[in-house]
Amino acid sequence: MNPFSRFFKKLGTLLGRERFNNELEEEMSFHREQKEEELRAAGVAPDAVHRTAMREFGNTTRLKERSYEVMGFRFETIFQDLHFALRQLRRSPGFTLTAILMLALGIGASVAIFGFVDAALIRPLPYHDPTRLVDVTESAKMFPRANLSYPDFVDWKKMNKVFSSMEAYTGSGYLMTTSSGVEPVAGARVTAGFFRVLGITPILGRDFYDGEDQPGASDNVIATYQAWQERFGGRKDIIGQTVRLDGKPNTIIGVLPATFQFAPRGKAEFWATVHTLTQCEKRRGCHDLYGVARLKDGVTVQMALADMISIAKQLEVQFPGTNRGQGASVLPLSEVIVGEIRPILLVLLGGAALLLAIACVNVSSLLLVRSEARRREIAVRGALGASRARLTRQFTTEALVLVFAGGLLGLLCAYSAMQVLLRLLSKDMLAYMPYLGGIRLNLHVVMFAAAIALMAGVLFTATPVLRLPLTQLRDGLTEGGRSSAGTFWRRFGSNLVVVELAIAVVLLVGAGLLGKSFYKLLHVELGFQPDHLATVQVVMPESNYPKDPQQVAASREILRRVSSLPGVKSAGFTTVLPVNGNGNTNWIRFVGKPYNGEHNEVNQREVSADYFKTLQTRLIAGRFFTEDDDASKPKVVVINKALARLYFPGEDPVGQKMGDTELTPKSIREIIGVVDDIKEGTLDSETWPAQYDPLNQNADNYLSMVVRTSQDERSVLPALITTVRQFDPGMGVFDEATMMQRINASQTAYLHRSSAWLVGGFAALALLLGVVGLYGVIAYSVSQRTREIGVRMALGAQQSSVYRMILKEAGRLTGVGIVAGLVSSIAAATLMRKLLFGIHTWDMSTLAAVAVVLGASALLASYFPARRAASVNPVEALRAE
Amino acid sequence: MPKKSDLMPGTLDMMILKTLTRGPQHGYGIASSIKRASDDVLTVEEGSLYPALQRLLLQSWVKAEWRSTETNRRARFYTLTAAGRKQLGLEQSQFENMIAAITRVMQET
Repeated sequence: MNPFSRFFKKLGTLLGRERFNNELEEEMSFHREQKEEELRAAGVAPDAVHRTAMREFGNTTRLKERSYEVMGFRFETIFQDLHFALRQLRRSPGFTLTAILMLALGIGASVAIFGFVDAALIRPLPYHDPTRLVDVTESAKMFPRANLSYPDFVDWKKMNKVFSSMEAYTGSGYLMTTSSGVEPVAGARVTAGFFRVLGITPILGRDFYDGEDQPGASDNVIATYQAWQERFGGRKDIIGQTVRLDGKPNTIIGVLPATFQFAPRGKAEFWATVHTLTQCEKRRGCHDLYGVARLKDGVTVQMALADMISIAKQLEVQFPGTNRGQGASVLPLSEVIVGEIRPILLVLLGGAALLLAIACVNVSSLLLVRSEARRREIAVRGALGASRARLTRQFTTEALVLVFAGGLLGLLCAYSAMQVLLRLLSKDMLAYMPYLGGIRLNLHVVMFAAAIALMAGVLFTATPVLRLPLTQLRDGLTEGGRSSAGTFWRRFGSNLVVVELAIAVVLLVGAGLLGKSFYKLLHVELGFQPDHLATVQVVMPESNYPKDPQQVAASREILRRVSSLPGVKSAGFTTVLPVNGNGNTNWIRFVGKPYNGEHNEVNQREVSADYFKTLQTRLIAGRFFTEDDDASKPKVVVINKALARLYFPGEDPVGQKMGDTELTPKSIREIIGVVDDIKEGTLDSETWPAQYDPLNQNADNYLSMVVRTSQDERSVLPALITTVRQFDPGMGVFDEATMMQRINASQTAYLHRSSAWLVGGFAALALLLGVVGLYGVIAYSVSQRTREIGVRMALGAQQSSVYRMILKEAGRLTGVGIVAGLVSSIAAATLMRKLLFGIHTWDMSTLAAVAVVLGASALLASYFPARRAASVNPVEALRAE
Repeated sequence: MPKKSDLMPGTLDMMILKTLTRGPQHGYGIASSIKRASDDVLTVEEGSLYPALQRLLLQSWVKAEWRSTETNRRARFYTLTAAGRKQLGLEQSQFENMIAAITRVMQET
């Protein structure tokens, strides 16, 4: 038999359904009429004829259905189910809406967070064979991942046996000459094979040749796609054009692909080679590079690290002065790029998953309550011949309709949430997390959503079906069925709410801990007054300000002009702003103190005379700098409390002398003062020892200005820029921001803030869902026990004792939920230890606050059903049965 | 009275096909023929004929057309097709084999 003709027959029946039914009906009624005639002829009593014919023919409706089933497609019964499910769901819009919204919420939150997880942690970095790429740097006592010095890099590259290629990069900034003046642009300097090690080929022009990073090579740069588009209008003839960077003409030899990204130098627009070494790069003891290398086949990260450590040991012996204590660090490149964001994303994903779990549990218990309420309907349908399989399919269809609607709405929510979350990231932040740029509803994300929906579908099908033991179907028709339902409900259904409450506690504790960490972070002791401080970056082009005297003169003049601006109390310069990061360090040694050759690493900053006054940092001992501490005077230095405590315990450091590791005469400085610990590092970092040198004795052309204002610090920012531009239009002046803005926008603050807010949001929703769940359970229990309550009251129970009875039940569930939640949250908090700052994972006040909040909300949620129970009219309650 | 479920599975289809070898017949006619031929032993639930007829139609073993009866009533007449005749032969031989086998088992002492 040809399956095609069968298919077309079925199709014909489907399309001509009306006709099929009419013909069948006509055929059957003809049959019955013939039958009746036959019976009449046989002498059956006239009043019995019709009935007998009907009986012998059988159940017409059922037979029609069976005929149609033969000719119909399978999916048509699914349509029937669907139709019925939709009708059922429409009949209880409250339930349907609640269930769909809860699901959408849970699915939306988890899918949105998963979108970020996918972009950052799952999708591979956009390089050739990215898992074989490693980050290679030196490591020191205070920097597990330090920088690499150029001479060390050259030796490592030559001596290693584990990398098929090893290259280095470092950041740089240029003053680019444009038609409208100078503009600061971010750049990077790399060794010649940098793009080849990543597997990136320029889309226009060429890559750097080997050896193009050696002294004497010409000044060539490769532009990013974005720079090409924005600065050169995407013109094809860009190759060979020159761009003036720091006053020097550079030839553009290539353009990188649009998809190129390199998070560590996210904002770089021009990539040059290291062919002109900086003063730092000429010294083995000065570290400013990062290495990136490709592992040879079969070499693991551990093997590479072992090889690098042994090379570092050899160099330590060879160059004890510069390499003592300088180890090696080899990390997967992905670790360096996404390592910091990983714990946060995982915590967020965990939070979203918990929210989803609550939503699912809530919907499950709603379905359970519903299936209890529909026992009689199910029993009737069972008695009318619906098989267990058919009933199961009906429940499955209903669950799938819910999940489908919830999932679709959830995807929509997820999409909007992703857009909103991305927009919350500042442009600067995105530049250093370029991998987040690709966030969208891609295949991974949609598949993840589908997987969640599938699991939810299975769960929601299983929940009511578990309540469908066939033997009980009949009980449903009798009154006796209710008592068994009650016990089942009390055993299983109400325990679900304990799970919900426990999860809500975990999320609340998580949010509390993160929120408190964030508060502590923002209130960490900074060592200066961060309000009323305006800041801006100033770069003097080296061509016009080549030497210290010119730089000192320019910086003095700028400060003089800025200080006389209205609303400005004082102004100062530093080489690195506070709260920027530990680094820019120096190795020090003290005159007249034993020295064991170890590197005493301290932060080093060059600051102007009024810097400390402007920051309002306390002087602990000695004196601040004055304008007179210049190149003509003996060299002086101010140290922070941490340095004094570490190297001069119980001594007065003022008057002592310090210098470099060799105590070179020109490096010797006299300590003239001790200041409070200024938070130089990120908010969550340790305070390091620090030395402050007078800018007048050790000038720089790349400076950060800090300005103390008497009015709103934001209002002086434009004046700062014009003042510098008026002084010299050739100077770079950019990145103006108040100190508070800088602190709030710092990555540390940002990451803590976003995780606190997001987990806080999850927790609020979890609390809402948990409390709604508890309300549902208690309300249902009251409705089930109306008769019992009526009896009690008829026998003389007071309203207060009814209240007590209901609240006791709620209290038991809440209590168990809170205790279970608190225990699990201590475990959960251990998992997110990395994100906590300044508090323990078992922070008592947070735990107590959460218990109180949840307890109070739960009391409120159970108060309403309790009141209804207490106002039951015993007569009505008894009569209603 | 034996119910439909008391018939051996598949035998209803076979009997319908057999009845139709004597010429086109409508549903009521088929039911009456089976009843008559079996001396009123096989009184199937008459309506169950119709799902079975749909099954046979679907397999193209019978075809149906609307015609007038002798009493000038419109009725759907079913006709055996060539494929139906072949199928009947197949089912009949299978059925006879089975009956023979059952008989042998039952006659064993």
